[in-house]
Amino acid sequence: MSTTQKELRGASRWALSLNAVLVYAFFYAPIALLVLYSFSDDDLVGRWGGFTLDWYRAFGQNDEVQNALGVSVRVAIISTLISVVLGTMAALALERFRFRGQRVFDALLYLPVIVPDVTMAVMMLLFFTQGISLLDSIFGIQLSKGIATVALSHIAFSISFVSIVVRARLSGMNEKLEEAAQDLYASKWQTFRHITLPLIAPGVIGGGLLALTLSLDDVVITQFVAGPGSTTLPVYVFGLIRRGVSPLINAVSVVMLAASILLVLLSSLAQRARGGQAT
Amino acid sequence: MGEENEAGDVASSADAAVTITGVTKRFGDVVAVDNVNLEIADGEFFAMLGPSGCGKTTTLRMIAGLEFPTEGSLKIFGDEVGTLPPNKRPVNTVFQNYALFPHMNVLDNVAFGLKMQGASKSEAASAASEMISLVQLGGMEKRKPSQLSGGQQQRVALARALVNKPKVLLLDEPLGALDLKLRQEMQTELKSLQRELGVSFVFVTHDQEEALTMSDRIAVMHEGKLLQVGSAEELYDRPVNRFVADFIGQTNLIDATVADADMIVLANGTKIMAPNPHLAGTKVAMSLRPESISIGASDDIPEEFQATSLQGEVSNVVYLGHSHVYTVEVDWMPLEVRTNATPTSQVYKPGSQVAIWWDRRSDWVVPDEGFSS
Repeated sequence: MSTTQKELRGASRWALSLNAVLVYAFFYAPIALLVLYSFSDDDLVGRWGGFTLDWYRAFGQNDEVQNALGVSVRVAIISTLISVVLGTMAALALERFRFRGQRVFDALLYLPVIVPDVTMAVMMLLFFTQGISLLDSIFGIQLSKGIATVALSHIAFSISFVSIVVRARLSGMNEKLEEAAQDLYASKWQTFRHITLPLIAPGVIGGGLLALTLSLDDVVITQFVAGPGSTTLPVYVFGLIRRGVSPLINAVSVVMLAASILLVLLSSLAQRARGGQAT
Repeated sequence: MGEENEAGDVASSADAAVTITGVTKRFGDVVAVDNVNLEIADGEFFAMLGPSGCGKTTTLRMIAGLEFPTEGSLKIFGDEVGTLPPNKRPVNTVFQNYALFPHMNVLDNVAFGLKMQGASKSEAASAASEMISLVQLGGMEKRKPSQLSGGQQQRVALARALVNKPKVLLLDEPLGALDLKLRQEMQTELKSLQRELGVSFVFVTHDQEEALTMSDRIAVMHEGKLLQVGSAEELYDRPVNRFVADFIGQTNLIDATVADADMIVLANGTKIMAPNPHLAGTKVAMSLRPESISIGASDDIPEEFQATSLQGEVSNVVYLGHSHVYTVEVDWMPLEVRTNATPTSQVYKPGSQVAIWWDRRSDWVVPDEGFSS
């Protein structure tokens, strides 16, 4: 009996290992292919023509790519900074205060996480179109879609993610610590600066890096609300595909992939840092 | 003696450390603290005692400024502090579970209050180190709270509060997280620290033994009401009602009806001598401490105790080394009797018919209101 059990266990272990290998292959084979072909010296995207760094060189020299990259970075930094501040404030309000309609606020804050990108994009487009024409008709202010509208849209969805991450950190923090600080003559602001902020910093940094990643990666919403001159890198890549594919796409994609992985890694490291000390 | 407003009768003196007058705290519909009047003297070790949810912690938090009273006045050394935020009050708190700042080392924790008050870095550090030595943690300055034992964390919490030279030190269940042995050590240490500093300690606990051991005076609270304030002896010997009698120490509470100023009638019709201030016919309870009762053979009752005796049957006896604890069934209820055990003392086996008696000065009649826990 014990032999059959052992055999069974051996068999299931083998099957599980195979499963794991297949799953990982499914995940990572495309990535491996992408990276591999980004070094391929051939004008066709999927044909190996020997090793080259030309595509990365092209990435560095192509003005359109550089412009798009610049827009991406600017939008990402602006939207991250603003959404970190607003998201942290929202998290503090929801976690530390009790007020009328709190549950509704709570649910509404997380809406952008579940609303489909396309829906969000259409909403944003409608909002900006209406808003811009309203401003024009009332105040005579002439605005058009551009970096500002892209950044605003990114802020709109990033706030939710930031506040989720910061709240998780806040809820793990002992509120008594803030009371203790006030008991020890700290004002509200000093309490926040010396006690709350250092203790939730990993969450704030983690949330910020998440916002940065989301902003750098977004295609759908950005494409709807971007105007001339505010094309971000992912939107540019998307456009490249429609115009005819060149292996340049591979190189750009690899760079974006690397940046994303790096940010997510940093984000999870930041959230883990001092993880045991929140109480 | 009145009930909850007993302390309010005390004339308000200007040099009282804390004066609480008619303070009520409501959380929505819940009344956490109900019209409390209380005066805590300067230099006093004062305990607030009661079961959880009795309002003792809320009262402490109102003194600290972490909660504001819904009604009433709260003064610290004569100054009204009712709605002053905690950072504007000359009091400091030792929190339950200490609430040490986990991202700061011991020195920074202790120096925090001084820095917030505007002391220079070096001033704060030297005062903090001095206080750290006083609580016997010299050499631990650079450690993080997570690297300290429970007892050490407790000392840091004490040092962190005391370094600010508060006019009143508030302690919220300060010893709750420590094990028994350490708790007893810290009790003695807290008491001597308080004597040394001469500062009022106001200290919240649900542990009556802790309150009895350490405090000059104790306030017993229940369901938001202040039931009685007094010394340990006063609370133990002259409780104002059933709840206090039952909550402080162990006691037999025997239901009775008042016959006249000297006599009460028990449930089985037995008349017992018990001087009391109540009207004839009032429902009362007689509190009789187990150690005040003597036990003997049925026909053995000394003459002077005839009017304060009962007949019964031993149903259980437990030997505790220094004493025997009997359960004696009288007609309608079991009573606990505790006698000193000496090699010569007579032991009554379960089933024995016995008489129990007591000195009439050791029974105590309380109104049958209030609550039994």
